[in-house]
Amino acid sequence: MQSSLSESLAGAARLAQTVGESVRAVAGFYHERTAWRELPDQRRAFLRWVEGADERNVADRYAALAREGVTRRWGQLLLTATLATDGSRRYDLRHEADAERGVGDLTTHDDPLDARHIATNDDDGRYRPLKTAPTLRTGWVFPSLTAQQVVQAVDFFYPATVANWYREREGDLDVTHWRETAERQTGIYDIVDELSGEQVEWLAESCCVDSQCLKRRMWDEDEDTELDVPRGDGAFPCREPCSLVIAAARKWAVFEGESEREYTFTLTPSEKGQLEEILDAVADGRVDEIREADVFDGANRYRARWLRAKRAAEDGTLPAVEADGTGDEADGADADD
Amino acid sequence: MSQALVIVAHGSHLNPDSSTPTFDHADTVRASGAFDEVREAFWKEEPSFREVLRTVEADEVYVVPLFVSEGYFTEQVIPRELRLDGWDVEQWDSDGTSADHTTLTARDVEGKTVHYCGPVGTHDAMSDVIVQRAESVTGDADVGDGFGLAVVGHGTERNENSAKAIHYHADRIRETGRFDEVEALFMDEEPEVDDVAEFFESDDVVVVPLFIADGFHTQEDIPEDMGITDDYRMGYDVPTAVDGTNIWYAGAVGTEPLMADVVLERAAEAGADVGDAIVRVRSETGGVAGD
Ligand code: SF4
Repeated sequence: MQSSLSESLAGAARLAQTVGESVRAVAGFYHERTAWRELPDQRRAFLRWVEGADERNVADRYAALAREGVTRRWGQLLLTATLATDGSRRYDLRHEADAERGVGDLTTHDDPLDARHIATNDDDGRYRPLKTAPTLRTGWVFPSLTAQQVVQAVDFFYPATVANWYREREGDLDVTHWRETAERQTGIYDIVDELSGEQVEWLAESCCVDSQCLKRRMWDEDEDTELDVPRGDGAFPCREPCSLVIAAARKWAVFEGESEREYTFTLTPSEKGQLEEILDAVADGRVDEIREADVFDGANRYRARWLRAKRAAEDGTLPAVEADGTGDEADGADADD
Repeated sequence: MSQALVIVAHGSHLNPDSSTPTFDHADTVRASGAFDEVREAFWKEEPSFREVLRTVEADEVYVVPLFVSEGYFTEQVIPRELRLDGWDVEQWDSDGTSADHTTLTARDVEGKTVHYCGPVGTHDAMSDVIVQRAESVTGDADVGDGFGLAVVGHGTERNENSAKAIHYHADRIRETGRFDEVEALFMDEEPEVDDVAEFFESDDVVVVPLFIADGFHTQEDIPEDMGITDDYRMGYDVPTAVDGTNIWYAGAVGTEPLMADVVLERAAEAGADVGDAIVRVRSETGGVAGD
């Protein structure tokens, strides 16, 4: 063991291209063997994962760390580990979309607590209630965090993801499936357990796929009933339906309590196609990208206004003939409780 | 033994300012160095109550709810979501405003002791924060003489204790004799904040809502209900005269920096070793140093 380690180090030193690099590689290795020993398992495992400790041999890893650094993605975060002369690590943390940009082109931060504020709004200034939505703001960098700080910053960007990733790695991620979570709810969320299995599929498809959330969904309807919706490819798991999903589920549980009716609308074929385009544009979050004068796009604002002017009544409702109109469609008040 | 502080708050899916006071007070406590770790957790944001305990490394965890009263959240939701083993509200032995702390374990984290504290809103030190809020909004460190003070609560929502907390602080502040008059008012029950001027003889009345964060209630409802603005989007002056009374509207008390002191006091009473942090934080945040 001892000899293979020293051989590895000798290998790293050979791969290093300058004296400085080989000194840093040796110091870095020593640092991992000493200072990192003291770290809690979860944090050490994450730091080792960042530099690919399980995927490359010691020589390659230290040569890379000492040379250009080792880079990893965590959600939309890009982490680059390098070595200081004393062997401790320095981390550059930024948005993956800013990978090629110079530090000088970005707003620099050195306090991990700033991560909370960066994570609050997206690039368009809209509030991000779900931290793992793929809408993290760009244009910032933490150019030189310590090992302790980088873990803290990551936990502010994506809370509890390191803890859950570690539990999953160790084989003891405690997944709580939909039924159990739904049945636990009280107060205004009491009704979410009324959703059927099919409705839970729609719920996961609406909120949990990779285009909406970067966590990899590990919960299902229950332990024995897997959902068909793709789980996603994220590095970190989702172990339980989150509060946003529960709040949305409440709304759907209320709507789904309504009985279906048959309506007859009069539309031209292109108007029907246009409604479908609008539905897609809203569902895919594409509305803001549609150009002002792009009247070829059914979800274009002028196109939608024309349709409304032509088909909607003054109060905005679509006049429709109802085949068997009974019952009511009361809508619960919106709440953020 | 390392110790962590976890501040649990409501948060919001819609309003980004909801969590701001939580972050601010957490930062004050962090800067005091009293804890090895400080973490915020939310009902509506992340980390969730369900997952926050696994994000801290310390063995002793002090959980302080940033809520204004005892009730649904502090008694049911938080203990359930934190998975506190053997929690029973009787452990607080509270009359509705006297919850202190209890020591438990949590099912999802091995080897940690969780000290679950009563909410900040019913701690005695909260009365000082309300008074300090009155000082901040009037810009007068001696405010009181010639002034009335209205402590405003939501009223009968899900639990009766929400009104108890308002009365508790109104009574305590009244007993100090600092203000000419002190009244407890509510949004949804009598006596209503809408008619604030009617309840006071003083020409000047400071109105302090006992809310943790500014949001819909404190920024839109209360100002419009009191008539200090017709449209909250236009803002309001401080003070604004309504029916001949100058209304000094303070906004949510929870944004007052001295709140960090209440958080620390809760944790210290539950056994946290905070050294001289309480004295330091009190003096930094404008409270009176010492007891
Ligand atoms: S429940 Fe769905 S949306 Fe919520 S965190 Fe998990 S995967 Fe993301």
